[in-house]
Amino acid sequence: MTESTRPPAPSFSKAVLAIVRKDLSAELRSRELLSAMLVFALLVILIFNFALELDVKVRETVTAGVLWTTFAFAGTLGLNRSMSVEKDRGCLDGLLLAPVDRSAIYFGKALSNLIFMLIVEAFTLPVYSLLYNVNLFQPGLLLVVLLGSIGYIAVGTLLATMAVQTRTRDVMLPILLFPIVLPVLLASVKASAGFLNGLDFAEISGALNLLIAYDLIFIAVPLMLFEYVVEE
Amino acid sequence: MPSKPLTLKFLDLASILAMVISTYLALVFAPQEVVMGNAQRIFYFHIGTAWVAMLGFILAALGGIIYLITKDLKWDRFELAAVEVSALFFLITICLGAIWARPVWNTWWTWDVRLTTAAVTELVFIAYLMLRQGLEDPEKRARFGAVYTLLGGLSVPVTFMVIRLFRTIHPVVVGSPSAEAQGGFNMDDRMVATFLFALVAFTIVFIDLFWHRVRLGALEEKVEQQKLKASL
Repeated sequence: MTESTRPPAPSFSKAVLAIVRKDLSAELRSRELLSAMLVFALLVILIFNFALELDVKVRETVTAGVLWTTFAFAGTLGLNRSMSVEKDRGCLDGLLLAPVDRSAIYFGKALSNLIFMLIVEAFTLPVYSLLYNVNLFQPGLLLVVLLGSIGYIAVGTLLATMAVQTRTRDVMLPILLFPIVLPVLLASVKASAGFLNGLDFAEISGALNLLIAYDLIFIAVPLMLFEYVVEE
Repeated sequence: MPSKPLTLKFLDLASILAMVISTYLALVFAPQEVVMGNAQRIFYFHIGTAWVAMLGFILAALGGIIYLITKDLKWDRFELAAVEVSALFFLITICLGAIWARPVWNTWWTWDVRLTTAAVTELVFIAYLMLRQGLEDPEKRARFGAVYTLLGGLSVPVTFMVIRLFRTIHPVVVGSPSAEAQGGFNMDDRMVATFLFALVAFTIVFIDLFWHRVRLGALEEKVEQQKLKASL
């Protein structure tokens, strides 16, 4: 009986967690991605405040829209940064050399991107609540924020991987991402507004169902397609 | 260089003839609609172009899938041709729709389900073409293009369903209309004949243009190869 001298390939979940840990500890040291996203989110809210004259009456109808636009813009910033860091220093090639499944790399990157996005949201929501004296901490709304972010990041991670490999790089991501991710944003706005205005669940469930359907499709499909956008 | 196939020459003639007849049918043969008057005549070309644009959209997604499986650049040309021709027809559909909507809805544009979905589809097409422009390696361009058409093909139907949650005024002439639709009408026999002929005519024109574009793609590739050879 001969024993293999090669160490066993790490399990899928271990590989995913390793990538997440790498991203989080890199971020913990540099803090460049999160700080940029957070400041940017604040600036977007500030601009909306004056552009839309967010008084009590207007806020009733536009809060959900303002929040999701802020998340989407800040999210693009984060996605671009997270993927161009990998591309710039050849880290992606290193990751690809690792004896793990390509989908584990996708999952790892998506998971850390999702964590960054959720941190930004966890910061933006209380700030918005504080500034405009609305209670955004409703379980329904938080669920929508989670579901919307999952769909956004699932597509965003794949498209950001593509965008950083093009000649125009960062400029490409919003152009590629927004038409594809539009259903997530629209359904999220619709569902968020429903929860904020205290509508019946029956009126919100349509948007929620579509959101869940989109999330499932756009986790499964990029998982299959990811290897096509990283192979050389 | 292979000379133009006989079938293609025949198709060229057939598309010219079909367009002339279809124009005659739409403008002269079909009776005037009672409420909308002559503006209704736009309908025939509006649906004709919309139908082939949808056809191109589906063909592009199919081309993408087949390319990812076979890795044969032939399917990349197929996909690019479908996107380009389809983008052109969708633009015509949107313009014709706007011209029709001005007298009937009293506005050029409204954020209705079909209108928004058409606009988003057009944006997906434009993003696709921009993505290709940013990539030099033909093989990578083909891979990314295929991935993007797939994502677009999956996301656009969801967009349609999401926007349906918001209300619509677009008439449904074929199929069951919604209660709020404005500008719907019932077709008499001559209208149906004109309508069906327009569908056939635009299908012929589409196939003709599509074939030409695929052929052009093949020739482009040859030129590129010759250039490479000359530079070596």
